[in-house]
Amino acid sequence: MRRGQGVRRVGRGLVLALPFTWLILFYLVPFALVAKVSLSQSVLAQPPYRPLFDWHDPAGFISKLHQLTLDAYVGLTQDSLYLQSYVNSLLIAALSTLLTLLIAYPFALAIARSPRRWRIPLLLLAIAPFWTSFLIRVYAWILLLKDEGLINNALIALGILHEPLHIFATNTAVVIGIVYSYLPFMILPLYVALDRQDKALLEAAADLGAPPLSVFRRVTLPLSLPGVIAGCLMVFIPAVGEFVVPDLLGGSETLMIGSTLWNDFFANRDWPTASAAAIVLLVLLIGPLAVYEHHQMQSEPRR
Amino acid sequence: MIRPSLGLRSATLALGFGFLYLPIVLVIFFSFNASRLVTVWGGFSTQWYRALFADRQLVDSAMISLKVAFASGLVATILGTCAAVALVRFGRFYGRTLFAALIYAPLVMPEVITGLALLLMFVSLGFERGLWTVVIAHATVGLCYVALIVRARLIDCDPALEEAASDLGAPPLRAFAAVTLPMLLPAIAAGFMLSVTVSLDDLIVASFTTGPGATTLPMRIYSAVRLGVTPEINAMSTLLLGAVALGLCLAGIGLKRQRG
Repeated sequence: MRRGQGVRRVGRGLVLALPFTWLILFYLVPFALVAKVSLSQSVLAQPPYRPLFDWHDPAGFISKLHQLTLDAYVGLTQDSLYLQSYVNSLLIAALSTLLTLLIAYPFALAIARSPRRWRIPLLLLAIAPFWTSFLIRVYAWILLLKDEGLINNALIALGILHEPLHIFATNTAVVIGIVYSYLPFMILPLYVALDRQDKALLEAAADLGAPPLSVFRRVTLPLSLPGVIAGCLMVFIPAVGEFVVPDLLGGSETLMIGSTLWNDFFANRDWPTASAAAIVLLVLLIGPLAVYEHHQMQSEPRR
Repeated sequence: MIRPSLGLRSATLALGFGFLYLPIVLVIFFSFNASRLVTVWGGFSTQWYRALFADRQLVDSAMISLKVAFASGLVATILGTCAAVALVRFGRFYGRTLFAALIYAPLVMPEVITGLALLLMFVSLGFERGLWTVVIAHATVGLCYVALIVRARLIDCDPALEEAASDLGAPPLRAFAAVTLPMLLPAIAAGFMLSVTVSLDDLIVASFTTGPGATTLPMRIYSAVRLGVTPEINAMSTLLLGAVALGLCLAGIGLKRQRG
């Protein structure tokens, strides 16, 4: 019997240790490295920063500590490109999140209030685009929005417009692209929250004489708030760091931190600045991330 | 039961699905366009598909993407399932909050940060970048998706069943394999599919962590799209959309069978 206990303990340990070690090694440690590189000096070499720790000279670590520098961060504050990118990213992400919510809410409500046997097929149809390539969904909007694109061609052919609308390569196009690509992320949590509602509450409110709008405002909406919060966070957080949408649909006026960071990294090969930019982005997102994590933890079973 | 009127509901659904699917339908439609001008219809043709299969680089990239997706999906599924079991069945343990946070974070973390972080680690470890570094990166993100899906299913499984098997003398692993695992299989399969899909679709993390000779399909498509809209990209997109639709149908049939 004691042997069995020992095997059980080893087994449990392995089940926990495998994913935990993996995540620490390939997720937590990398973030520490970003922090470290953001404090390093930029040099023209491969890798393009001055390493702090040398495997062949571990003791040198202490003496090299003075090489740590805040240069990259100071550079960030002096670079108006970065300041604008942060402000712009937050604004575009906030606006996109709001629009996504306004489109997704009636949509999710219509699905949740459909006859029972239709709900799951409709929901699957609504989130199926999530499974298709993100790149292709963004690409489709180039086809639609360009000056000689399908929307402009159609509107001109119908005689509604004489000149094409310049939407492509503007912030408007970026917002449209983000709303479109992140819509499934908003629909799913909203649907879960709306479907879970006790229909008896709605009936009770109606029986007591509340008009439909008032039932919605005083019962449906407050009860769905957890879904609204979850959906908004799942759109807002990744949208702030979005790269593909601003890069493909945005123009020269579009400055978003994801693309600025990407360019600094790949085109300018300035790793310390890119790392510092990533750390600042992370700090900006700590609030929303903490709320999101708290939300997820609350859905954990308590045993 | 109170419901919004049928008309209002249908109109909302029609608008919503129109918005979601119209762009995709248009890409498919124009992939059969004979004209080189992408947005002007010039007759039916399949020439762009033939051009696609003649493109050696594209076919090679597709193979690399499939290899990466399959390998990372496999690793993610094993690790993610372990993580879900630990989260649901192990009660409180030291570091549980950190563990749970590590599992939820990658799902919403902007990909540029994840990509940058992983790259810096591979560089400092002295890993030669290529196919395997992309596999490790995708497995890390995929394991979180698998863990979440399997966790949701595991919460509904009564631990008493497994305890009963243990009381009847089954060793722990056998009790798990005989009782809990069959109940988890649909979730594990769904997790594997999702992690494969996410890997096949990823541009950003792959761009950061890849090396010479391991250009994945999204990287190839991205550089083509940057140069402009072409009928070949429409054809490529249509093929990818078709593959996803086929996969979803098969998964749907599989799930239905399982439920009986």
